[in-house]
Amino acid sequence: MMKRTALFAAHQKLGAKLVEFAGWEMPVYYTSIIDEHQAVRTAAGLFDISHMGELSVHGPSALAFLNGVLTNDLRKLSAGQGQYTLMCNEKAGVVDDLYAYRLGPEDFFLIINAARIEADVQWLRQRLAAFAGRKDVDLENASDQWAAVAVQGPKVVSFIDSCFDAASRPPSALRKNEIAPFQADGTSVLVSRTGYTGEDGFEIAAPAEAIEGLWNNILDIGRPCGVQPAGLGARDTLRTEACYPLYGQDLDEKTTPLEAGLGFFVALDKGDFTGRAILAEQKAAGTMKKLAAFKMAGRCAPPRPHYPVWSAREKPERIGEVTSGTQSPTLNIGIGLAYVPPQFAVPNTSINIEIRGQQAAATVVPKPFYRRP
Amino acid sequence: MSANVPSDLKYVKSHEWIRVTGDTVTIGITDHAQEELTDVVFVELPAVGRKVKIGEGCAVVESVKTASDIYAPVSGEVVAANDQLAKHPELANSAPYGDGWFFKIKLSDPAELGGLMSADDYSKQIAS
Repeated sequence: MMKRTALFAAHQKLGAKLVEFAGWEMPVYYTSIIDEHQAVRTAAGLFDISHMGELSVHGPSALAFLNGVLTNDLRKLSAGQGQYTLMCNEKAGVVDDLYAYRLGPEDFFLIINAARIEADVQWLRQRLAAFAGRKDVDLENASDQWAAVAVQGPKVVSFIDSCFDAASRPPSALRKNEIAPFQADGTSVLVSRTGYTGEDGFEIAAPAEAIEGLWNNILDIGRPCGVQPAGLGARDTLRTEACYPLYGQDLDEKTTPLEAGLGFFVALDKGDFTGRAILAEQKAAGTMKKLAAFKMAGRCAPPRPHYPVWSAREKPERIGEVTSGTQSPTLNIGIGLAYVPPQFAVPNTSINIEIRGQQAAATVVPKPFYRRP
Repeated sequence: MSANVPSDLKYVKSHEWIRVTGDTVTIGITDHAQEELTDVVFVELPAVGRKVKIGEGCAVVESVKTASDIYAPVSGEVVAANDQLAKHPELANSAPYGDGWFFKIKLSDPAELGGLMSADDYSKQIAS
């Protein structure tokens, strides 16, 4: 039996096409994937992200504990700031990629992938049991209490403030990665200026019982600006264009953040953290594989996960596999990500993607495919 | 969403429709099929002149979500392939029974028409 978010009835009312994702029954689209993708790129899209997980970590040793299990440096964060970060195992393989917010000096809020909630909680509890200061850390899985939505697109900033009760510093004043509490019809919610689409936008965490009212309110208030509900299909095409990795496709326990090109979010100098030793080695010696972005050379069937990647040489060799791939609605060409040996990950390198038995020409390109104007 | 199933067409289990005009048939994918596929981004059509046997894979339709094989619902020779569809794959979504047609076959065995599903039978299939 699939799980349903607090917005399930709303999705049904909107005529969403529902599919299974990480054990949840979620909307893949309402009108069409491409239509919703274009709406986010030109106006605004509203996504249900309630299936994601929320963890609360607080206490005098919360910072020390988390900084020992996450790759990025939480000391960079003042209260009201967040950062993209990764959690690695001892082999530096990625357990999850996530956002860590500092709500207060000793108060942290982690947003984790829906498919990894159980794995992350188990991993963190294990790590906590071995942490010397564990009596000063409180770790709570608050995923069932929180629902969440993401409003993304260039027009969002023009109507987002009206979706909340008046505040001395409104949501539109939040800078990228900032988070703050607001009231929506008297209910306390958390709003961050973050997203997974490559557009400006906000993510809102609210108590499950308040989310449907908030969802309807956003659609009403944003209607003149063209806001549309958007599903997981568009979420995937948007994040692929922005070159954001998806855990389970581009990241897993057998890939390291450096192989994925996420070195910016790995603070080797902050002190010890799980996976640091291997990452330091990889930084010094280089990695055996790198996540490369590629574009198909012409009109052809789209590249998809697991399609083989071949070198475009006289004696072609199989050099890797597509991890994420799709037809880019914005660029109108096939795009994808694949792990290949580092020498092939250089922009302008020609490669071939095997699409249903045929070799299709592609070129490695710099990331991202799309950057908002 | 309830799909459109025109009563003047024939169907096969694999969600294609067939319009019979004398000894030539026009083939496309049904409204139900295009709904399931979501946005069609690429189609691969058989070459004109190719001989096909009933049940043989002869075309491919790719959507953002997935790739799907199209099977010849009857045996014969491909006499036309829809170039407009190749250039504008989204026609399969917007006009599945009209401008989104895929290809035409000249029948080699008209008796095969008897094995095709009626609109009623196809409607029952997609309702279950």
